[in-house]
Amino acid sequence: MTETTTATDLLALHETMAVIRRTEKAAHDLFLSGLVKGTTHLAAGHEAVAVGTRAALKDGDYAFATYRGHHHAIAWGATPEECLAELMQRSTGLNKAKGGSMHLTKAEAGMLGSYAIVGAHLPMAVGAAWSARLRKTDQVAVAFFGDGATNIGAFHEALNLASVWKLPVLFVCENNFYMEYTPIGSVTGVGNPAADRAPSYGIPAEVVDGNDVVAVRDAVARAAGRARAGDGPTVLEAQTYRHYGHSRTDPAKYRPDGELERWMERDPLTVSAGRLRESGTSDDDIKAAEDRAAAVVEQAVAAAKAAPQADLGEAFTDVWADGGAAWRT
Amino acid sequence: MADVTTAQDVVTYRDSVAEGIAREMRRDPSVVCLGEDIGAAGGVFKTTVGLFDEFGPDRVWDTPISEQAIVGAAMGAAMTGMRPVAEIMFSDFLACCWDYLANEIPKVRYMTGGQVTVPLVIRTANGGGLGFGAQHSQSVENWALTVPGLKIAAPSTPADVVGLMASAIRSDDPVVFFEHKGLFASKGAPAPDGHVVPFGQAAVLREGTDVTLVALASTVPLALTAADRLAAEGVEAEVVDLRCLIPLDVSAVLRSVERTSRLVVVEENPFQGGWGGTVVSVVADEGFELLDAPVKRVAGANVPLPFADALEDQVIPTVDKVVDAVRSLATY
Ligand SMILES: Cc1ncc(C[n+]2csc(CCOP(=O)(O)OP(=O)(O)O)c2C)c(N)n1
Repeated sequence: MTETTTATDLLALHETMAVIRRTEKAAHDLFLSGLVKGTTHLAAGHEAVAVGTRAALKDGDYAFATYRGHHHAIAWGATPEECLAELMQRSTGLNKAKGGSMHLTKAEAGMLGSYAIVGAHLPMAVGAAWSARLRKTDQVAVAFFGDGATNIGAFHEALNLASVWKLPVLFVCENNFYMEYTPIGSVTGVGNPAADRAPSYGIPAEVVDGNDVVAVRDAVARAAGRARAGDGPTVLEAQTYRHYGHSRTDPAKYRPDGELERWMERDPLTVSAGRLRESGTSDDDIKAAEDRAAAVVEQAVAAAKAAPQADLGEAFTDVWADGGAAWRT
Repeated sequence: MADVTTAQDVVTYRDSVAEGIAREMRRDPSVVCLGEDIGAAGGVFKTTVGLFDEFGPDRVWDTPISEQAIVGAAMGAAMTGMRPVAEIMFSDFLACCWDYLANEIPKVRYMTGGQVTVPLVIRTANGGGLGFGAQHSQSVENWALTVPGLKIAAPSTPADVVGLMASAIRSDDPVVFFEHKGLFASKGAPAPDGHVVPFGQAAVLREGTDVTLVALASTVPLALTAADRLAAEGVEAEVVDLRCLIPLDVSAVLRSVERTSRLVVVEENPFQGGWGGTVVSVVADEGFELLDAPVKRVAGANVPLPFADALEDQVIPTVDKVVDAVRSLATY
């Protein structure tokens, strides 16, 4: 923990993680009750990566996420109500019900989208960092991605390009040790899929405890400091674990006995609560924060359920910048 | 291209590419270029000559051979306030970054409910006729046409290169800009100052009463030459240069068919899935009564492009094929 971290800061991080956890649980329950269709890729277990990263950055810094992006959207300011309304195909959804779980986006807050093609958004983050440089702002861009994305060509092209131009971009790998159903180690030639590759592109790397929000925040703060000083990109490999299967149809039977239980002992909320207690926060205060999170999500579920269904006219808007979809004159 | 060799003031299609980009870079500091060899080297087709000297390495960025990163980075820059112009050297290489054209760039505005805008241009050298073989000669505008969310320009004259480039770079929507390899050396009148050709406005390059030839990029000079030859036989062909595929000026085609009552579409991309299929389907649907004969499509064959000139001629549109198609209609 850095000296500047106050108990209040820690409690705020804890509360945001609790909001995300509750939202994921709500999404899960709404799926089971038939109110969320399609698929969801829940990020329960990954909360500390998103929340810790956001906490180390400034307003206006960019984020690019994957189809597993509920936690990033909420960390960047999307409300549980907007997110759940989107999942439930409501007109009040974050993306007007045109994106769904895999595409949550909060552009006004710098969260520039969730991309469902593995690895595709890494070059975009490089481009956003290039743009920040050209516009002479001190913004940094973060790409969040899974361990599986490190074997995609775009990952390698993006790292090299960012390195060549020393761009202010942070590559934050959420290594949950599985790419879909296959253990990453069984299909990857190095032990740390992101961090081990970084040096070959001349990029510094760090392996971080991805279940410790403070460890993530501090590593991101170091990386962002380097980026803003003109020293270029960093690769952070945050080791973490997803509590659910890959997606809604995956019961995660492939996980060895005891693995989930071992990781649950180091659940991000458990780790964070322990730290709060150490720093003198009472159990009552922790519980009050968690209760507030639960209330926000409960209210969000009710509001999303009550919201009108997707507006049919929206099928033909937003293709072009003029708002329309015309392909002919 | 019909060379205007008598005019004093002629420019090449190739030089017009750099001229069109330079005009926009002077006008708008958010316009930046990136691509392989586009900087000091001036581009493998010499279409970016002078840009690096005038605008420097910050605005004219030589990239590694990384098509995904080039187009992906252009997208990220476009989403955050820049107007990037990305070069993909040969249009065949769009396949290496096809994810960005098919899945990322054209969809992000829609799937975010209008939150994100992607004002970028992807320029690329398209088409055959130079004997470059199957992996450097394809006409791939039909690839882009299959993807909702991309605008598509394909100029046939130097002035249109400049005018359409202005519209492409100023567009708040993503544009794929096809420069035809076979036209780079062709010449024509230079673009006047401030020249802008709006998207979705076809040009009638030759008026005629007997048949409408609809063409794009490389097939425009073919159609014009065919029209000259047909005129000698007493058949007056009207030649419509589409200039853009999206937005597609089908109104101009319908107006022309109203005058001529016959239609031949001349497209270099393969027949299967080619843009001519869309043009004729709209005419069949909305202009059926205007027609006095079946519609014809002269298109590329559904084979990889062969190397030898004589073989290539077998499979891409030629003047002879256009003339034959028109003759077959004239006697209908
Ligand atoms: C290019 C591409 N290939 C395959 C898929 C199917 N797919 C979706 S998620 C996934 C696993 C990705 O694993 P990882 O990058 O580790 O991310 P995680 O799901 O663990 O967050 C795969 C193979 C895809 N979406 N895109």
